[in-house]
Order: sequence, then structure tokens, then C-alpha cells
Amino acid sequence: MDFLNAIALLTNYIIVPALTYGSQLALGAIGVTLIYGVLRFANFAYGDLMAFATMVVILTTWYLQSLGITLGFLPTALLALPIGIIATIILSLFFDKTVFKYYRDKKSEPVILIVVSIGVMFILNAIVRIIIGPGDVIFMDGARFIIKAGEFKKMSGLNEGIALKSTQVITFITTIITCSILFYFLNKTKTGKSMRAYSNNEDLALLSGIDPTKIIIYTWVIVSILATIAGTLYCLDKSFKPLSYWNNLLPIFAATIVGGIGNPLGAFYGGFVIAFTEIGLTYAYKKFLVYILPEQLEPSSLVQYISTDYKFAISFAILVTVLIYRPNGIFKGKVI
Amino acid sequence: MYFSARNLTGGYGGVNIIEECSFEVNQGEIVSILGPNGAGKSTAMKAMLGILNLKEGEVILDGKDITKLKTQERIKAGISFVPQTNNIFTELTVKENLEMGAFLNDGNILARIEEMYDLFPIMNQKKDQLAGELSGGQRQQVALARALMTNPKVLMLDEPTAGVSPVVMDEIFEHILNIKKQNIAVLMVEQNARQALAISDRGYILVTGRNAYAGAGDYLLNDNEIRKSFLGG
Repeated sequence: MDFLNAIALLTNYIIVPALTYGSQLALGAIGVTLIYGVLRFANFAYGDLMAFATMVVILTTWYLQSLGITLGFLPTALLALPIGIIATIILSLFFDKTVFKYYRDKKSEPVILIVVSIGVMFILNAIVRIIIGPGDVIFMDGARFIIKAGEFKKMSGLNEGIALKSTQVITFITTIITCSILFYFLNKTKTGKSMRAYSNNEDLALLSGIDPTKIIIYTWVIVSILATIAGTLYCLDKSFKPLSYWNNLLPIFAATIVGGIGNPLGAFYGGFVIAFTEIGLTYAYKKFLVYILPEQLEPSSLVQYISTDYKFAISFAILVTVLIYRPNGIFKGKVI
Repeated sequence: MYFSARNLTGGYGGVNIIEECSFEVNQGEIVSILGPNGAGKSTAMKAMLGILNLKEGEVILDGKDITKLKTQERIKAGISFVPQTNNIFTELTVKENLEMGAFLNDGNILARIEEMYDLFPIMNQKKDQLAGELSGGQRQQVALARALMTNPKVLMLDEPTAGVSPVVMDEIFEHILNIKKQNIAVLMVEQNARQALAISDRGYILVTGRNAYAGAGDYLLNDNEIRKSFLGG
């Protein structure tokens, strides 16, 4: 029984949150890695692209709610996703045409494009804060819990409950579906293969007749879809604050690098690696150890490796370590 | 002549690397462009592909002037090119490399892929492997096959045997002879002059960006002066 209690404890406080957070990071990291693979720069504006996308989804959701349209037990935001996606695609293509294309045509160094993307980041962030305000926005509707901790305790007879929020399940399922479609597209369709070919060997792609303009448009479209889904899932699970997407940029970049920058499948796993490490290291294991250890060995401290205040330091430490020892990422194999 | 380039003059910046170079190749023929390092062989090939802007000269394909066409348009017109390095998609499987080669073909490319497997049997076994994991000789076969997927009329090869062992070199030349049998015009730049001439119908020797010698393969091989100067005695 103690053992089952210990497992329930870990599931509730580490596995379920990490799967949720990992899904959000994975979607973000795939977007960053695709931009890097095709356009060859690290896009710092990605976090704020997510914020913009989410803002459009929130505004659309409010509008739908005001009309009395809801999705029953599912959040209405899911219904607003397509509008958010379209707006984000338009915005991405607008910034590509007005900003990034200029530097691409000049064949600027990647570092210049990074600085340019930081500029875009500030503009986007300002737009979002002007439109929706800098504070917290909560707009969640639908059913909050699938399983409540108390109900689980009653059902299982354990001391420890497992709570499952509907947003957690929606996040995980949506991520798996989105990624499955994306990987099918990249690996099985002619357009997807041509994107990988372009990313792998630009000159040979040109010699094979692949049109770079189209590849770049496809990339922004896909990335905008991912940014909208990732941003919306994140704010459904936590709350919406323009700056929180900027804060997520570091773990997203860490996930990208862990998976090997330019490698979408790596970025997918990288998101979960970062999430599990971050949550696993900041969790206080005292209660867990009390369950599984004999009484005389019980710890007196909290057995928390790192305070949650330092959770960004974990992403940063992973980022630096991977860059020093495995600059191509921890996974071998395909780089988009 | 099916494909001809006349009086090509051009280079990077103000300096001309090639001056008044001319080459011709017919369908079903192998023609080699030879010469010492820095003679402008690869530059001449880039000029024919439209990668290098010409100051003078014209490129004719099947009676049509293609001098003004961009590289991608020349490829659509029937020219295919295998660069010396980075000539495969290393992160794609062998089969995907072939599919990308046929990117411009809308129709059914499976038949063409099967033809490539017949021409390069090793690729049938390795079709699902990443091209980057293959040996040097096998990569070169993938590179040739990718370029052949468009059903080109003219195939240009930039040093197809650079950096491979003598055994693999023979193998690659064997494949190039088979390609010639498909009535394709093959134009190649080579460092291994002697072996290249042995399979070539004709050859051109460039010296400091100009045509120095031209003639049938065995004529160039047997000429004493040429042999001493360019073929190592």
C-alpha cells in the first residue's frame, strides 16, 4: 500500500505535470527547430509569436462566449484555434516579407538574423500588451477536472490522490495528434520531404528544382499552427500572461538543443527531457521517501534538490552542458 | 551537336577565370574536361549551368539558346548536374534522394526509381537507409541516380571520382558508361585524366582558362606532348 501511495504521489506531482509541460515545450521546440532548419536562425520572437497567437484565440473565445457558443465540457478556446492560426500565419508571413526576407536576400549572418528576431520579439510583445494588457487573463471554461484528487482517493482507497485536470489531458492528446500529423507530413509527403531536403542541403535542393520561396512559406505556416496550438494549450493549463511566453523561451531553446537543433523528432523528445528534469529536480521527495523507506531511514529535510525559484537555471544548465558535450544533441540520426 | 557552349568568358569580380572556352557534346557521348589545378574546369561547368554569370559566350541545347536561362530553368530544360561535394541529401533515405531528384516530375516516378535500382543494384538493398550512412562509392551512385531522375538529356559531372579508391573509381566509370548507353550526353570534369580519357569519346584540355587541346580520347592519350604535360608521363 505504501508503495502504491508512493507511485500515486509521483504520478500526481511529477509524471502528469511533466507530461503536460513537456507537451507544451515539445510543440514550441519543434517550431523553433523548423525555423532553424529551413531559415537558419534561432528565432527569439517565437515566444511572443505564441503570445500573439494565444491573444487572438482568447479574443475569439470571448467573442464566441458572448454569442453563447461553447464546446460543452471542452474549452471554447479549441473552437477559436483556427482563427488564431489564420491570424498568426498572416502575421508570420507579414514579418517574413517585411523584415526577415530583406536580411535573407542580403545573405546576412545568422547572428544578425538573431538580433533582428529580437527586434521582432519586442514589437510583438508590445502589440500583445497594448491589445490585451500586461496582466493575467483567465478565460478557461468547460469541465475543470476529469478526476479530482478526493474522488481518486475514495475510488482507490489510497492516502494519496491523483488529480487529472481536463486541460492536462487535452494538452497531451492534442500534442500527440499534432505531432503525428506533422511527422507524417515531413516524412511521407512530397512537400514535407522537400522541406527536409532543403534544410539538409540547400544547394542540391535548388539543383533538384525545389523552390525555396515555397519552402519558406510552408515553414511559416506550419510554425504558426504549432505556435498557436502550443500557446493556447499553455494558457489553458496555466493562465495567460504576455510575459510568460517570453519566460518559456529558455526551456524551449533548451529542448531544441537537447534534441539536436534542426531535428523535429529530437525537439519533441527534448521537450519532455527538459520538463521531466525541471519538475523532477524541483520536487520535494520527503513524502515519497517516507512511504518507501523504513522508518529509521526517513529523511528530516525536504529532499528537494533545487528550489523551484531556480527552475530556469536547470534549463540553462542543460543547454550549456549539451552545447559543450553533445553540440549536435543527445539523439543520433535525422536532422531535418 | 546536341549541346554546345561557345566562347565562354567570365569569372568572379573583374578577373576572368575562363576565356573563350568552347565545348560540345552529343547524345550518347562522354566528353571529359581536363587540365591542371586552377585551369578553370569547374568554373567552365558552372558557366554552362548558369551558376556563373558570363561576360561573353552562348550555351545552346538542342538548337535552343539557353544562355539567358537561370539554373533552375536549365534543369527543367533537360540539364542535370552532380556537384563534386555535398551531392546527396545525407539526412534523407536513398529512396527519398531519388524522389527529390524527380521533384519537378509530376507523373508517376516509381517506374523511374525502379530503373535506377536496375542501373545501380546496390541502391535497391539500401533504399531505406540514410544516404549519409553509405560508403563513398555508394554515395556517388546515389548522387548519379538523383541527377538521372529528371530524365536529363545532358548530364554534367564535377569530378565524380574525387577522393575515392581506384577500385571504386573503376566502378563509377563503369556506371558512367552505362549512363551513356541511355543516349544521354555526359560532360565531366576530371582529375584522373588518364582513366577518364580511357572511357571518353572526346576530351578537352584547359590551361589557364583557355582551350589548349581537344580531340578524341585515344588521340589525347597517345599524343606524346600532352601525355608528358598533363597525364604524368
